[in-house]
Amino acid sequence: MPGVLFFGFFAVVPMGLAFYLSFTSWDGLGDPKPVGLANWQKLIEDDRMVQSLWLTVLLTAVSWAFQTVIALLLGVWAAGRQRNRAVLSAIFFVPFLLSSTAIALLFYALLDPNFGIIQQNILGSSSGAFLAIVFVGGWQFIPFHTLIYQGGARQIPEVLYQAAAIDGAGRYRQFFSITLPQLRHTITTSTVLMVVGSLTYFETVLILTKGGPGTDTAILPYLMYEAGFKSYDFGYASAIASFLVLVATVLSLILVRLTGFGGMRSTREGM
Amino acid sequence: MESINGRSNSGRPTGEGPGRNTGGGLGSRAFSRRWVLGAGATTLLTTGLTACGSDSDSGGGGGTLTAFVYGDDAVKVQQAAVDRFNKSAAAKKAKGKVKLERIPGAEYPAKLRTAMGSPSAPDIFFNWGGGSIKDYQEAKQVVDLTDTIENDPTLKSGFLPAVLAAGGLGGRNYGIPMRGMQPVILFYNKALFAEHKLQPPTTWAQLQDINGKLKKAGITPFALGGADTWTELMWLEYLVDRIGGPEVFAKIQEGDASGWGDPAVLKAAETVKELIDDGAFGSKYSSVAYTNGGAPAVFAKGKAAMHLMGSWEYSTQLGKFPSFAKNNLGWCAFPTVEGGKGDIRNVVGNPTNYWSINTRAGNKDAAIAFLRDCASETYAKALIANGDIPTTANAAKLLEASPNPEFAKFQYEMVEKAPAFTLSWDQAVGSKTATPMLTEINKLFVGKSSPSEFVSALKELK
Repeated sequence: MPGVLFFGFFAVVPMGLAFYLSFTSWDGLGDPKPVGLANWQKLIEDDRMVQSLWLTVLLTAVSWAFQTVIALLLGVWAAGRQRNRAVLSAIFFVPFLLSSTAIALLFYALLDPNFGIIQQNILGSSSGAFLAIVFVGGWQFIPFHTLIYQGGARQIPEVLYQAAAIDGAGRYRQFFSITLPQLRHTITTSTVLMVVGSLTYFETVLILTKGGPGTDTAILPYLMYEAGFKSYDFGYASAIASFLVLVATVLSLILVRLTGFGGMRSTREGM
Repeated sequence: MESINGRSNSGRPTGEGPGRNTGGGLGSRAFSRRWVLGAGATTLLTTGLTACGSDSDSGGGGGTLTAFVYGDDAVKVQQAAVDRFNKSAAAKKAKGKVKLERIPGAEYPAKLRTAMGSPSAPDIFFNWGGGSIKDYQEAKQVVDLTDTIENDPTLKSGFLPAVLAAGGLGGRNYGIPMRGMQPVILFYNKALFAEHKLQPPTTWAQLQDINGKLKKAGITPFALGGADTWTELMWLEYLVDRIGGPEVFAKIQEGDASGWGDPAVLKAAETVKELIDDGAFGSKYSSVAYTNGGAPAVFAKGKAAMHLMGSWEYSTQLGKFPSFAKNNLGWCAFPTVEGGKGDIRNVVGNPTNYWSINTRAGNKDAAIAFLRDCASETYAKALIANGDIPTTANAAKLLEASPNPEFAKFQYEMVEKAPAFTLSWDQAVGSKTATPMLTEINKLFVGKSSPSEFVSALKELK
């Protein structure tokens, strides 16, 4: 019951208020004035919105590919039982414990074109800035997903590998025929977390690029921040926020449906 | 770092250094929560802030007035003024005291905005004049000080008239100058200029000539912290002034967006494009920031020969590279452009910062009495000791006491003799227009839009 109350007060009520605000014009002073669908109409017609949505989807997709491949391989590797792996995994987990702000500031200094380690115009070029964001995000979150995959891989019964070995399957065959299929629910879980994480990715963009150069890394959460706390157009910012909630919900539903996660079929089928 | 952030940001409400604490990291949820704090749970806020509560609605007489101020190094001048005022006869007479609330740097504009929309609004608040107070003025939250100034000789003749006027809107006064002046100046490296036998430019042709010689010697002509858009803005501000005169932007500032269609704006954008294509800023300027000390370091280390920057560049260099600041830092006015209408004496930048009074302030007499202190010689002396140049009429005779009298005099005369002082565009047009305007400027500088696309995008701004 307290859980429901907390969720209601801190998640549902504010979400409802933001939705209400999206039908008003409010600059933070005085009272919000109802403007009907004006903000939503602006949302549809705004060129920046289209670009921003595309960037958000692109960031989500590229980050997913980058993080999943590495986290999966590392996770399976770390699921081995040797002692050094446990120690290495522990060290590897450290980036996740740092705050996103600290990480972004660290990379901001490292990428400085005159005094950093890579003296190139990275954050000032479109593709460079985008890839820097993907990389920094990956650096921070891959350890977390590695941990999930490690846990998942350790759940796979040893007998499957023993049987496969008897049948003469090599390491690659074992990986693709046993490990990957057995990890599919883990992949779904990790993917949902990554997608939702990418949709709300913000601090790194704010610190590294401020949406720039130009508007080339202005993803939805950044656009929302800019509308609200730089232009003080809280009505429009709320419309973007509501839209973001909508996109996130639809995406997770699609993911769950596509992967059959909702059915909760047993991983042990056929055993 | 401290001095750089503090100084540069005091002129920059939109400047957000990498040190900025974001707070909105959870996307929609955090945003909504902020709204709840603002609207729903203001009780939480008010109970939390009663210590500095202002009795805003309790009407005249007594009580402590809260003053929000930008919390950088210069705040010690205001703190001293508050202490002095609280002990003074004027405070006793008005039955009021002032309590200073320091807001950390880059957070200031957002914090002020949130507070002004809530019951715990400050009675007196620091601002940048012009467009930075437009929303508050429209919401009837700033006291019109025109008549007060008119009837008070101390205030009326206490400040440089152009500076006093820039604190207002539509010919009415809403602010009293309370910090040093911040004109934008063309700084240059005297050692490099001497080595290559160059003179500071007074015309655009000379500037291009200098650029050519510097590039031949492998030196980038200008340092530019292009990761902060406001540094790029300074170029357009001066070019539009020199090409079309101060009237061009004055029209835009009055709210006439068609003013962006003036040929001078297009010419200025084309000139910027030429400079970029010509390599005047080097090739990495769009990842160099001012706020983290990048651009000042490039300049001080001789990688670039000139730097167009606010007067705070001097204190920044003095803090970071003292020997460069003392021996090799030169300064001059922005050159004229051949065939342009603008006077070389015209200045752009931030005239200064201002105190304004909230219309809900409980004890306006006390607030005004406190503001009068800013015109005093004691206050001006405190600013000078801090390395700032006061905007008071009596400042000229105090300049000898400055840490660098030569630079102080140059700056004071520059502002005093300026036929026009254009307020930084992002301050002049109000936050709703400033944000997209800065975005368009950044697009022009990184080659994402052409000069003509730039002009048509600006004309769309309302």
